[in-house]
Amino acid sequence: MSNWIPLWLHKLGSPPTFYRFAGTLRPWAMALALLLGAVALYGGLVLAPADYQQGEAYRIIFIHVPSAWMSMFIYGVMGVAAFIALVWRIKLAEVVAMESAPIGAAFTFITLVTGSLWGKPMWGTWWTWDARLTSELVLLFLYLGVIGLYHAFEDRRQGARAAAFLAIIGIINVPIVHFSVNWWNTLHQGSTINLFGQSKISGDMLWPLLCMMLATKFYYVASLFRRVRTDLLALEGGKDWVRQIAESEAGQ
Amino acid sequence: MPMNPTRKRRLIIVALVVAAAAVAVGLGVYALQQNMNYLLTPSQVQSGQASSYKTFRLGGMVKAGSIQRSKDSLQVTFTVVDASGTMPVEYTGILPDLFRDDQSVIATGHMDNARFIATEVLAKHDETYMPKELKDAMAKAHANKKVEAGAAQGDMP
Repeated sequence: MSNWIPLWLHKLGSPPTFYRFAGTLRPWAMALALLLGAVALYGGLVLAPADYQQGEAYRIIFIHVPSAWMSMFIYGVMGVAAFIALVWRIKLAEVVAMESAPIGAAFTFITLVTGSLWGKPMWGTWWTWDARLTSELVLLFLYLGVIGLYHAFEDRRQGARAAAFLAIIGIINVPIVHFSVNWWNTLHQGSTINLFGQSKISGDMLWPLLCMMLATKFYYVASLFRRVRTDLLALEGGKDWVRQIAESEAGQ
Repeated sequence: MPMNPTRKRRLIIVALVVAAAAVAVGLGVYALQQNMNYLLTPSQVQSGQASSYKTFRLGGMVKAGSIQRSKDSLQVTFTVVDASGTMPVEYTGILPDLFRDDQSVIATGHMDNARFIATEVLAKHDETYMPKELKDAMAKAHANKKVEAGAAQGDMP
C-alpha cells in the first residue's frame, strides 16, 4: 500500500498522538537549536573575518538574516496550517496556525530591531519607508492582527477560523517582502543568498549564517511543540486522554 | 481522493477569496511600480521626471575624486553619477561611515537650479560580503582594468 503516509498523517493529526509525538521530539529540537545556535554565534562572531566594506558591524547579519527568513517561513507554515484548518476543520491545524503567530511575530520584531540597529551606522538612518522595510513592518502588523483576532472571540475555535482567514489573505505579503528589493528601488540591498545561482558571500561567512538558519528552525519546532501541547490540553480538557495524563501525573 | 461536498465548497470559497485578494494586491503592486519609486537617478532627473516633486530622493554613485569638504564647516559637495547622467550635490551635515568615492548613496533634498541641495545623505551598500584580503586580491587581479567597485552595482536602473 502506498497510502501509509496519509494514514500516518491522519493518526498524527489526532490530539493525543500529536501530544505524545511533540513531547518526545521537543527536547531534541531544543537541544539542537541551542547547540547549532552556539556554534553559529562562535563561527559568526569569532571565526568569520571582518567584511571588506562594513568591517565588524556586518556581524549583526548572523541574527538579522536568519530572523528575517524565519519571519517569512513561519508565516508560510501558518498560512498552510490555516488553509487546512479552514477547509478540513482539523483542530490540530488550527492550533498550529494560531500558536505559530506569536513566534513569527517575535522573529519579525527581532528582524526590524536588528535591521534598525544595523541601518544607523551603515546607511545613516534608523528607519526609512522603502519597500523592503515597509513590507516587513506590514508582516509584523499581520501577525499582530492574527493574534488579536484570535483572542477577540469568546469561542476559541471560532476565533481561530476568523484569524485563519486573515492569515491566508496576508500570505500575499510574503512574496512582496521577498521580491520588494527587485521590484522597487530600495535603500535595502538585494538578496545575498540565492538558492539558484551564486551567493554573494564568502564561505567562511556563509556557514555560520546557514548554521544559525538551522538553529532558528529547530527553535521554532521546539517552541511551537511546547505551545501546541499546552493548547491541546486546554482545548481537550474534558477528554479521557487528558484525564489520564492528569491522573498519572497526580499519582507520581 | 474523493472529497466530501462541504469540504469541497469550503475549499472553493477559500481559494476564490485568496485568488481575489491576490489579484487585487497584484494590481496594486503593479500600479505602484510606476509611481512608488523610492529614488530617482541623475539621468531621470535630467530628463525631467523630478519636475513634479518639490523634494525627492536622488540615488547614484559618488563620482571618484568629486568629494570636496569645506574647511570651516560641515558642508560637502560631491557629484552623483549613474550610467548616463551626473548631478552636483551640496550637503551640510554628518555623513554615514560608508560615504566615500564610488559608493552608492541616496540623498533626500530639492533642486536649486542645476544643483541638488540635500538635507539627508544615506549610504547604500551592496549584497556582497567578503573579507578584506579577498577584496584586495581581487582588486589586484583586476588592476589593469577599471575596477567595478562592488558597491556601485546595486540594483539601480
